[in-house]
Amino acid sequence: MVRPTSALSSGEITARRTIVRRYWLLCLPALVLLVFAASGPLLIVLAYSFLEPAEYSGVVWSLSGEGWFKVILNRDIFDDTISLADAHMTIFWRSAKLSVLTTLLTLAIGFPTAYFIATRPKTHRQYWLFLITIPFWTNLLIRTYAIMEVIRNEGILNSSLMSLGLIGAPLQILYTDTAVLIGMVYVYLPLMVLPLYAAMERLDFRLVEAGYDLYATRFQVLRRVIVPLVKPGIIAGSILVFIPSLGAYVTPRVLGGGKNMMIGNLIELQFGEGRNWPLGAALSIGLLVTVMAALVFYVRNEQAER
Amino acid sequence: MEAQSQPAVAMEARGVSKIFRGPEGDFHALDSVSVSIAEGEFFTLLGPSGCGKTTLLRMIAGFEHPSAGQLLLHGEDISDLPPYRRQVNTVFQSYALFPHLSVAENIAFGLRMLGRPNAEVDQTVDRMLKLVKMEPMRNRLTSQISGGQQQRVALARALAPAPKVLLLDEPLSALDLKLRKEMQIELKRLQHETGITFIFVTHDQEEALTMSDRIAVMRDGHVLQIGAPREIYDQPANRFVASFIGETNFLSATSEGIVDGGIRIRIGDTVSVETDLPDGVDPKGDLTVVVRPEHIVLRERGAPDTLSATLTNAVYFGTDTHYHLELASGQHPIARRQNAAGAPERVEIGAAIGVAFAPSAARLLRD
Ligand SMILES: Nc1ncnc2c1ncn2[C@@H]1O[C@H](COP(=O)(O)OP(=O)(O)OP(=O)(O)O)[C@@H](O)[C@H]1O
Ligand SMILES: [Mg+2]
Repeated sequence: MVRPTSALSSGEITARRTIVRRYWLLCLPALVLLVFAASGPLLIVLAYSFLEPAEYSGVVWSLSGEGWFKVILNRDIFDDTISLADAHMTIFWRSAKLSVLTTLLTLAIGFPTAYFIATRPKTHRQYWLFLITIPFWTNLLIRTYAIMEVIRNEGILNSSLMSLGLIGAPLQILYTDTAVLIGMVYVYLPLMVLPLYAAMERLDFRLVEAGYDLYATRFQVLRRVIVPLVKPGIIAGSILVFIPSLGAYVTPRVLGGGKNMMIGNLIELQFGEGRNWPLGAALSIGLLVTVMAALVFYVRNEQAER
Repeated sequence: MEAQSQPAVAMEARGVSKIFRGPEGDFHALDSVSVSIAEGEFFTLLGPSGCGKTTLLRMIAGFEHPSAGQLLLHGEDISDLPPYRRQVNTVFQSYALFPHLSVAENIAFGLRMLGRPNAEVDQTVDRMLKLVKMEPMRNRLTSQISGGQQQRVALARALAPAPKVLLLDEPLSALDLKLRKEMQIELKRLQHETGITFIFVTHDQEEALTMSDRIAVMRDGHVLQIGAPREIYDQPANRFVASFIGETNFLSATSEGIVDGGIRIRIGDTVSVETDLPDGVDPKGDLTVVVRPEHIVLRERGAPDTLSATLTNAVYFGTDTHYHLELASGQHPIARRQNAAGAPERVEIGAAIGVAFAPSAARLLRD
């Protein structure tokens, strides 16, 4: 950025302004793309959320707050009494709970994994990283069905537990929140491991030795030295896992069956069978705003701490 | 226990070896090293790069496990204790200050890990900040202070828990010459004030000579000689120690026979001196004597007890001048003379002169 100072002559300032203007011109293709491919559609969604649903699908061009109203409230069809939309609340709660749990579990599994990789000899690390990225080579839907094969009642898990005699009847895991959680942890684990690894690779292990030298036990070194130093990686990984978890669609759909919906499924429902585009649009924007607000709040907090 | 006669031993290594096993075979980084360091001593490990100084220090700190031998801290075997159970602290060559903590928090780290009460921690941190003269910067992050200041914080952090032994791995090597000289004096002062045993690693022989109570000269994983700076300088045990410590002239000599309490040797055609016969020197073989440059005196050609020489070069160093000589035997010793205030006689390059030294200045060497 150019900040004119008194030391600069007016001629110089004009010259610099011209340079900055030229840079803006170079940004033009990116700006066009941003406006038409990102902000534009988002604005359309925002506009749709204030319209009325058409009978079959789409919207009628007349202003209405009904879409937003229905996000959290319910109006009885017969006597018009207003109540909280319990079904939606359950779905919001499940989404939040499963996303937090997914983030915590991927962190719990991803942290030692990333530490393990970062402490291997340099030449070996790329092979371990390659193994971590292998799931990306397969379609998400196929991976999710693979998980289903493992956890369904006649699946590998249940049949091996039963043949070992550990359980008498198959465990009902499929079509529960647990199934969705297992699926999401599996799907999002690489997104946690990679930023954690990036942070740990940069970690100066001489600081770890300094910690041991100064009477810190293994746990204290972890808590007082390693975790504070790789905190940026922990935060990046958590954001990368938490946000897509909130909007997850395929995993809860396949592993949660029809009942264990998350926000993503609810939104899809409104654009499909529900035929209520304004409500779907309002839910989408609501989710977006919530996540953005949480992020902004977090960044502000972080800056205040410094 | 003997009273007074001998100070207690703070740190002892008994036959310590370290073998690194690698794909290209085993590497003996240390070979049966034994040293005994007294309480309150400033002990220096001196040697060229790769001789195993850091390896020995890391074993004392607990980061490496000895392949053989024992390490004793105040008589207690610590070889199997993890680093956080040893009352030994390290000043790392890279300082290794915690970047996420302030200066004061860095210094407090060890005490907090030991679970000391807050009041005691605060008090000690204040005292340490004062000791290293860093009070005004207590709340800065370690990235916001200069290299010399980081060095002081690293020292204070290692001294704060009052370790039995402080290990310093080339702590001054990252500093420029002037700051380095200042910190040498500073280190001596800190050691004096705290009374803590220092084990100091350096490959700078001058630093070792000026700072140490005793020095261990190392090469290729072996300790070649242990002694006070003066002893090591004046009576080097072998050729390597002589050439590593200070500047040295090696002159070849021949035996003229064993005499009372020593040996008479002849250097060149004209000089014959009596000197000690150190252990391990074969009086019948080829002999080498070492003469320090400051012990060589320039005379007139042909004066009694002098070697004939030609002056090939004179290099002015401010405080003194180095005269490069060529002897009749083809050897090239160097003489050093202080540039005293009195009439500085100039010697022309190419001049034919005589070279003399006191009999006590010549020492026979083992190879
Ligand atoms: N982890 C290791 N694996 C294999 N060899 C090692 C290892 N650590 C050190 N060495 C070898 O041991 C020898 C001694 O190393 P050390 O670091 O103790 O040397 P040093 O005397 O401290 O040298 P410098 O003055 O350069 O620091 C070196 O040849 C080094 O290559
Ligand atoms: Mg070293």
